[in-house]
Amino acid sequence: MAWFSKKPRIATTPEPPEAPSRMQGLWAKCESCDEIIYRQELEKNLNVCPHCEHHLPWSARTRLASLLDPDTFEEFDQGLEPQDPLGFVDSKKYKDRIKSTRKALGENDAFVSGVGRIQGHQVSVGCFLFEFMGGSMGSVVGEKCARVFERAHELKCPAIVFSASGGARMQEGIFSLMQMAKTSAAIARFRAVGKPYISVMLHPTTGGVAASFSWLGDIILAEPKALIGFAGPRVIEQTIRQKLPEGFQRSEFLLEHGMIDAIVHRRELRDKLVQILGLIG
Amino acid sequence: MANVSYPLDFERPLIELEKKIDELKALSVSGSVDFTSEISKLEKKAKKLQTEIFSDLSRWQVVQLSRHSSRPYFLDYVSHLFTDFFEMAGDRCFGEDPSIVGGFARFDGRAVMLIGHQKGRNTKENMARNFGMPRPEGYRKALRLMELAERFDKPILTFVDTPGAYPGLGAEERGQAEAIAVNLEVMSRLRVPIISTVIGEGGSGGALAIGVGNRVLMLQNSIYSVISPEGCASILFRDATKADKAADSLKLTAKDLKGMQVIDEVVPEPEGGAHRDHTKMAENLGKVLRKHLGELSALSPEALVQDRYRKFRALGVFSGR
Ligand SMILES: [Zn+2]
Repeated sequence: MAWFSKKPRIATTPEPPEAPSRMQGLWAKCESCDEIIYRQELEKNLNVCPHCEHHLPWSARTRLASLLDPDTFEEFDQGLEPQDPLGFVDSKKYKDRIKSTRKALGENDAFVSGVGRIQGHQVSVGCFLFEFMGGSMGSVVGEKCARVFERAHELKCPAIVFSASGGARMQEGIFSLMQMAKTSAAIARFRAVGKPYISVMLHPTTGGVAASFSWLGDIILAEPKALIGFAGPRVIEQTIRQKLPEGFQRSEFLLEHGMIDAIVHRRELRDKLVQILGLIG
Repeated sequence: MANVSYPLDFERPLIELEKKIDELKALSVSGSVDFTSEISKLEKKAKKLQTEIFSDLSRWQVVQLSRHSSRPYFLDYVSHLFTDFFEMAGDRCFGEDPSIVGGFARFDGRAVMLIGHQKGRNTKENMARNFGMPRPEGYRKALRLMELAERFDKPILTFVDTPGAYPGLGAEERGQAEAIAVNLEVMSRLRVPIISTVIGEGGSGGALAIGVGNRVLMLQNSIYSVISPEGCASILFRDATKADKAADSLKLTAKDLKGMQVIDEVVPEPEGGAHRDHTKMAENLGKVLRKHLGELSALSPEALVQDRYRKFRALGVFSGR
């Protein structure tokens, strides 16, 4: 996307390259109800459409800043950088793809993590940057995520991970697959400290991320209408050769099927986290 | 060689030559004409041709071999290498999934837990086995059996051979991703030896869900990948017919993975592929399993957990701190 390169690193949400942005300039258009919204108003409303309550993408750093107590976030592992272990080439060299994405976003990879406080409770947190190659999980994301649990283990504090990812990063081949085992093993160890891991699933959480640490939360929350599942809807439609029912694999569907604990509106998320941390943190 | 029913394109010249040899042999037995020297000449030629074809396989050819319809499947190894197999069904929750098979058995007299993906040999079997693509109940059955093995202090041998976890409506409703995730966590902390062998296709998370072993082995012509070459081609090259190119990009063969130190050992296949000689293949695998099981049996439960944790914790390539 050309407009990425024109923009400096800012706190608002750059859209992933897969979904063309509707949020340029002063005005934004809601992707659900098509209402035109004054951009500042949207940002003040945590990127939730004031007309229809649709949860638009929200930048990881803004999310963390708004959820954590002011000035308590200390970032860790920001120096980890992706490599190209397979020498992978598709329509573009993976090396070049990483380079241009890093430059456009001012981020090294698709995950930001560190330690902060919520209502005074110390927490080890991580959050996906979906705009970085669809939040795909390669070695850096897997490593940073594993360290979120190791840090929580060390500090004997709760862990919180916000997921927004299409799954494993194909360009890192078998190494991306193995991040599923690595992160899950780190969680297995963390369980020993008796502190909760709260997994918050954002739109979308699918593939290898859903099928590893995201679904291992002691408590699993989701934002409204997030797409959550193992296989992508297109793959399922191709396999079963029929259209998927309305609302399939959305948060509400998962709640109904007993697969998550609760759906939480973005505006209420901090309060819910405070409540949970108060009970078992 | 009787197993070769649907030969792959690149093995066809060899199969045809072998058919000719068989015909001559039949004639020699029945008639008075002596074809001995002719036969021996052709046999030499066949041997040379086999070496030629199989010494330099492309990754795409290996993909095809890993899916060969005559390749030994999990239950073939069960009958060749183990005795006393007691199959156990069901996840005690929703149903029985025949695409994953498991149960206790004996290996060299010692009780072990066997768990493997199971494909079908023909359409009817494949319908029943869902082409070796498990649903959540399959993974939950595997989990139940692995926890049983731990309770009774028996080593676990898993056999990976799946195109992937099944992407279907019911599978999603019942938590395919959750089932896989739980297996990954639990396998990482089980206090008994686990050896996982990719015997054919190691298809993504659906493979890894029974693949978190202290040792991870791969048969020479098996593959292990984050996505199928066809899937990769259709997403990244926007053209599913470029699967051969995608296979090269993904570096998914046993040799590739050993080179990248992701797996522990490549189990050699008989020349011409595992499908040409099930007995010999099982013998090769048995030897390697015996060695690793012997080594792991010397470790304490704590050391086994530690060993497995270290192995998977170390996987990944990145720079910086
Ligand atoms: Zn709206």
